[in-house]
Amino acid sequence: MAAAGAGGRPERQAVLTRGLTKRYGSRLALDGLDLDVGYGEVFGFLGPNGAGKTTFVKLLLGLGRPSAGTGQLLGRPLGDRSARSKVGYLPELFRYQGWLRAREVLTLHCQLAGLPAAGFPDELGRSLELVGLAGRGEDVVATFSKGMQQRLGLAVALLGSPRLVVLDEPTSALDPVGRHDVRELIRRLRQEGVTVFLNSHLLSEVELVCDRVAVVDRGRVLAQGALTDLLSGEGPRVRCLDLPGDALPGLGALRRDGDWVSVPGLDSSHTPELVAAIVAAGGRVFQVDEGRASLEERFLQLLERA
Amino acid sequence: MRRRPLEVIAGLTARELLRRRLVHALLLLTALVLVLTGWGFSRIPHLHLGGELLTTQLARLAAAQLQLLVMFMFSFVVGLTAAFLAAPAVAGELESGIALAVLARPISRAEFLVGRWLGLALPLLAYVVLSASVEFWLVAVGTGYAPPNPVGAEAALAGQGLVLLTLTLALSTRLSAMTSGVVAVVVFGAMWVAGVAGAFGSAFHNTAISAVGTVSHLLVPSDGLWRAAVYEIQPRLFASASLSRVGSPFSATSGPTPAYLVFAAAWVLLVLAMAVLSLDRREV
Repeated sequence: MAAAGAGGRPERQAVLTRGLTKRYGSRLALDGLDLDVGYGEVFGFLGPNGAGKTTFVKLLLGLGRPSAGTGQLLGRPLGDRSARSKVGYLPELFRYQGWLRAREVLTLHCQLAGLPAAGFPDELGRSLELVGLAGRGEDVVATFSKGMQQRLGLAVALLGSPRLVVLDEPTSALDPVGRHDVRELIRRLRQEGVTVFLNSHLLSEVELVCDRVAVVDRGRVLAQGALTDLLSGEGPRVRCLDLPGDALPGLGALRRDGDWVSVPGLDSSHTPELVAAIVAAGGRVFQVDEGRASLEERFLQLLERA
Repeated sequence: MRRRPLEVIAGLTARELLRRRLVHALLLLTALVLVLTGWGFSRIPHLHLGGELLTTQLARLAAAQLQLLVMFMFSFVVGLTAAFLAAPAVAGELESGIALAVLARPISRAEFLVGRWLGLALPLLAYVVLSASVEFWLVAVGTGYAPPNPVGAEAALAGQGLVLLTLTLALSTRLSAMTSGVVAVVVFGAMWVAGVAGAFGSAFHNTAISAVGTVSHLLVPSDGLWRAAVYEIQPRLFASASLSRVGSPFSATSGPTPAYLVFAAAWVLLVLAMAVLSLDRREV
C-alpha cells in the first residue's frame, strides 16, 4: 500500500494516513490529510469546531469510509478488525445503554473486544477504579450524571489493555477534578507505553499532556510536530535600561526594540545566561519574556494564516 | 469461553426487551385476552338458537369463525409489535450514538445487524407459538373445535411477524426510527387491503383486481402469510364454502403452496441481506 512506502517506517506508526479525504456531497470534510502518530506517543489533534477532527477519528476506526487516500491503524488498513481489537475508543457523543448497569456495559465491551471471560472481573474492577467509579458498577447507567457517563466511557476505552486509546473530547462533560484525573490517566497510559490519540479543542488540556500535536482546520493539517517545536518562538527577550553596547560577551550581537533587547538565534533555554550577561554589563532588568508562545497563541496564529 | 459478537448482540437485544418490561407488558395483556376469550369460547356451547342449545356442529362452526377474528387480532399485534421493536433497533442506536462505541469494536456490521434481528426474532417467534398454542387449546377445551393444522398456522403467523420485522429493520438502517416504524405499519396495512382487494377480484373473476392481490403477496408477503394462517385455522369446508369466495379477509380458498412458503423464506433472507449491505455502506 502506498502509505507504507510514503511513511518510510510504517511499523513505527500507530496511526498513519496519506491523502485521507472525506467528502459529504459537495462539502469537503477532510482534504488530503497526512498524519503520523508514533507508538507510545500522546498525540493531540487540535482544531476548531467543524475542522474534521471527529470525521478523521471515525475513518480511523472504520465507522466511515474515506472518499480518497489511504491509512493504517496499528500497521493494519483502516477499519481492519484485528486492529480494532487493540483500540479503546471514547466517542465525542458518549452514550451507553441506559438500561444496563455500569458493570454490564463493561462486560458487554469485554465480550465484544474478545477478552477471555475469566479475566472480566479483574478488567471491570481495574477500569472502574482507574476512572473513579469504583463501587458504582451496580448503578444503572441512566442514573449517572453526564460526567459519570463520560467516566464510564473512559473505563470502556481502557478495557483489555489497548495499544491505542482514541479519546474524542474526553473531558467535555467533566468538572475540574475530572479533567485533572483524565490528565493523570493519560500520563499513566504514556508511562505504560500506550499510544493516546487525543482529539480536543481544549488547548490547555493538550498543552499539558501531549508530546506531539497536529493542528487542523477545514480538513487540512496546518501544522504537525513536537509540542516544544511548535511552541518555540523567537527566543527570549528582556526589557531593560542602561545597557551599553551592541553585543553581549559570549552570546553575540544584540537586537533592540525600544526597551526590549534580544540575541538573534538564542533559544529560551538560555534565558538565565542572557539575563546574567545583561546584569553583568550594567543593564537594569525590569521584565523577562521567555519567548515561548502559548499553544493558544500558536493555534490562533495558524488559523489566521490559513 | 468467548462468545461470538453475533451471540453477544442477540443476547443484549433480547435482554433489552426483558429489562424494558416489554415482555412483561405483552405477556400480561395477552394473558388477559386469553382469559377473556377463553371464557367467551367456553360459553358458546351453552348458547341457544330458537330456544334450543346450539348443536355441537353449529357451536364448532361459530367457534371457528370467532377464532379467526381472535387470531386476526393476534396477527395485528404481532405485525405491529415487530414494527415497533425493529424500528429503533438500528436507527435508535445510530441516532443516540450508542452504536459508535459498539461498532468500533472488532465486530462486523453483518454481525451487529443479524444479532439485532435474532434478538428480536426469537422472542417474537416464542410469543407467537405460546399465545397461539394457548388460544387454540382454550378453544378446543371450550368448544371442541381444533384447527386442522395449528402448527402450520403458527408458522405462518410467525412468518408474517418475521416479514415485518425484517422489513422494518432494513428501513431502520437508512431512515429514522420513527419513519421506519410508520412506513412499515403503512406497508402492513396496505398489503392487507391489497390482499382483500385481490380476493374480491378472484371471487368476481376480475383479472386486474385479482392481480393486485398477487402482486402484493409477492411484494411483501405479510398478507400472503396471513392468508396461509387463515387457511390452516379455518375448517377445511370453509375453503369451498360460498362465504370464502366473496373475498372475506377472514377466510381463504386455498392453502399456501410450498413454492410460496419457500418464496416467503427467501424474501426474508434477501431483505435481511439488503439490510446488512445497507448498514455496511452507511456512515456511523
